[in-house]
Amino acid sequence: MFFATSIAILVTMALALARAVMGPSVYDRVLAVNMFGTKTALLLSVVAYLYGRPDFLDLALTYALINFVGVLAVLEFFQNRTVSPDLNKNDDVR
Amino acid sequence: MSMMIDIVSWILLLSGGAFVFIGGIGALRMPNFYTRVHAASLTDSMGTILILAGIMLQAGWSLALIKLLAILVFLLLTCPTASYALANAALLSGLKPDAKTLSPDDKGRPTP
Amino acid sequence: MDSPSIRIRSLLGLLAILAVAWLAWSGIYKPLILGLGVVSCLLSVWVAVRIGFFDRAVFSLQVISRLPRYWSWLLPEIAKSSFEVARVILHPKLPISATIVEFDALPPGPVGQAILGNSISLTPGTVTMDVHDGKLRVHCLTRHGAEEIMAGGFNRRAAELTQD
Repeated sequence: MFFATSIAILVTMALALARAVMGPSVYDRVLAVNMFGTKTALLLSVVAYLYGRPDFLDLALTYALINFVGVLAVLEFFQNRTVSPDLNKNDDVR
Repeated sequence: MSMMIDIVSWILLLSGGAFVFIGGIGALRMPNFYTRVHAASLTDSMGTILILAGIMLQAGWSLALIKLLAILVFLLLTCPTASYALANAALLSGLKPDAKTLSPDDKGRPTP
Repeated sequence: MDSPSIRIRSLLGLLAILAVAWLAWSGIYKPLILGLGVVSCLLSVWVAVRIGFFDRAVFSLQVISRLPRYWSWLLPEIAKSSFEVARVILHPKLPISATIVEFDALPPGPVGQAILGNSISLTPGTVTMDVHDGKLRVHCLTRHGAEEIMAGGFNRRAAELTQD
């Protein structure tokens, strides 16, 4: 059963990767990468029991933490980038 | 008794896998960004809850149970925050959602 | 949380929680690991002070004691709308009727509004897009989901959860 679940998660990760490659906008890509990351955390916890190695759970937790912070950081970066043309308009202030 | 627990956890794992897979299909099939967020949130909430609950039943009373609980709580706290940040960033950058608006003033009548 | 004694108490509480988490998680009691634990706990508390974590009441024990009831209401909601979203995705014609709902949040404080917005986002088929001046803007996959949000179940429960 762990095997079937991990296959389902792996296929979904592949679909998310396809969306990340296809995605028309930046936000589609970030969404797909976020999905990929959370599914990685799930896959790690399933694999921990598939192969009977409970220490994988720590990796899953770490991956979930890093993924969350990473997505927020990437979003912050793109938000700043979309604002920057407006800042350049009133150059005379500086 | 342990047979019962096994069966329940198998059902949880399989249905969780099914929800994750359906969400993955949705992320590919949905027509625009805001609807894709819904597909991703299907895998994030229902898939995560079912799969981790199934593993928890297999883990039994141990340190692993606490770790799984921590993973579950953490994912359930961060996933909505991440999708809010994503949707908000897309909205602020001017990506228009293709949707009707309902507001409490006009009860039930969608404005064009 | 203005008086300094309460601030000190909650600071020490956070420190204790972090220390217990470190000890229980690592399970290794060598001087080097314990030293790293002390350093990282103190560092976390310092960062929490710097971002103003203790400047206002963030979480009260009352809210935590009401959480189990809230979750036991939220879980069936998540299950119900999961089936609805799964049906929409698997339907050959994708019967999407995307709707945006705007309404005023009943919970007054930022914590209540954050819980409300996150609960709505956690439920598949509805995503909070914007929280601004106590107004929420929610994107719903179907018209039915939008009507469910407008019925105000989420709003009322979140307000009950965080009221004094």
